[in-house]
Amino acid sequence: MIPLAIVLLVLGGWLVFVFNGLIKLRNQVANAFRQIDVQLKRRHDLIPNLVESVKGEMKFEKETLERVMLARAAAVNAGQGGNMNEVLAKEGMLTQALGKLMAVSENYPNLKANESVKTLMEELTHTENQIGFSRQFYNDVVTKFNIAQQVFPTNMFASLLGFTPSALWELPADSVERETPKVNLAV
Amino acid sequence: MNIYEQQASNRRMTAIMMAVFIGFFLVIGLGFDFFYLNFNPAGASHLRMNSDGYYETQAPGAGATIPFGTIVALLIGTGMAFNSLINGPRMVLRSTMARRAVPSGDKERQFLNVVSEMAVASGLPAPAAYIVPDPDLNAFATGTNPQNSVIAVTEGLLATLNREELQAVVAHEMSHIRNYDMRLMTVSAALMGAIALLSDFAGRSMRYGGRSSGGSSSRSGRKGGGAAMLVVFIVWIVLVILAPLISRMLAMAISRQREFLADASGAELTRNPLALISALEKIRQAVMPTNAINNGVAHMCIADPRGSLIEEKMGFAADLLATHPPMEKRILALKVMAYQASKPQS
Repeated sequence: MIPLAIVLLVLGGWLVFVFNGLIKLRNQVANAFRQIDVQLKRRHDLIPNLVESVKGEMKFEKETLERVMLARAAAVNAGQGGNMNEVLAKEGMLTQALGKLMAVSENYPNLKANESVKTLMEELTHTENQIGFSRQFYNDVVTKFNIAQQVFPTNMFASLLGFTPSALWELPADSVERETPKVNLAV
Repeated sequence: MNIYEQQASNRRMTAIMMAVFIGFFLVIGLGFDFFYLNFNPAGASHLRMNSDGYYETQAPGAGATIPFGTIVALLIGTGMAFNSLINGPRMVLRSTMARRAVPSGDKERQFLNVVSEMAVASGLPAPAAYIVPDPDLNAFATGTNPQNSVIAVTEGLLATLNREELQAVVAHEMSHIRNYDMRLMTVSAALMGAIALLSDFAGRSMRYGGRSSGGSSSRSGRKGGGAAMLVVFIVWIVLVILAPLISRMLAMAISRQREFLADASGAELTRNPLALISALEKIRQAVMPTNAINNGVAHMCIADPRGSLIEEKMGFAADLLATHPPMEKRILALKVMAYQASKPQS
């Protein structure tokens, strides 16, 4: 009788341990997902400043600047709407517009000397990196969560306990960001 | 071997080395207790003549069941190590005259941004960022847990590396923090201290005529094992004499293994091993030793602060006592991660 009780106790304890571990990982996944939004919002807030400070110099690039502002507005709207695919698509277009702006700014050497522009460019690079790393971290955490659910013997009862594998962050197949950027080197 | 496989192999090697280290410590410690303090849990309680003239069973005293020598040495070693653990970061920062990084200049702001990027990539809180006023290229990290850790880079490093390379170096240092390397090296230091103490004591006892092995072993009732005991004793004495050297070699081997691990973990954070390769090449070319950083944190730096000449030599002796692996091997391991070479470090 006693050995049976001990065995059951140990098994129960192990089950609790596994369950708690999976709960912890699931919450980390949710947290990491929302942290991506934090970085996206940072980018939205940074762009108007950037456009203002380069507007004076880049008088002849009005079109590029306008495209950036429009893309930003669309991305903010998509973010408030909450549809994942919308958000991905609009953020992708914003990244492209920003990329074009940074490439075009290479033609204006005066811009590079301007202190506030340099600071903002660094901030923009920093923000893009943060967005990339937060997505990378989200994928890392999701991978860890999925592995924890799918290893033996946890896989036998993970779904019973209410856990499902999470989806990794990925670009949709038809996303504009999957295209090779077109580089126009005409002077 | 990709970034995951290299990390797994490095952690395995560390576990094996730690096991060997602990085993070595136990051999030295328990041998000390056996030969000098009558520690013998397997000893049969022997018969002794008491004052009335009768033979009486004498229960073995406390010294026979508890290895006092080992425990005391371990406590003292741990005490010394803990002192460096708790006061370590502050003392190190003060000794290197490091100053807090503020977002004033271009480079410092970039450094702070890079540190916060690596914090996001690793999911840990950002460590405090310091700058060491030294023209040489080096960086180090201290801190027992990610919540109160510190990363410092030299001014020379900030001036020479570009953003990507700086990111790779910061990722390497963050990985030291992530992998709790400071704790591991503190445990190693505690073991080294304890072994040094025991070795010292054993040496003194020998010289000033402590208990001999013959006497204690016959008292614990092992009549026939006299010769075998003597051989064991001699082997143990040789180990004791070599103990400081052997324990240092073990600790340095562990330190080198953790450097490889930090390289691989850093590459996992940035997903960019090539940037670290180019940073290491630049560091290698600046041959000057970093005077500001002393040996206390040498094992936490990205390059040996005593000067890269030690790292360039790949001879046997240099390999065994160096805190860092040779740059060649580190760069090769990183190239393997980047799928640009086929043979990983042995």
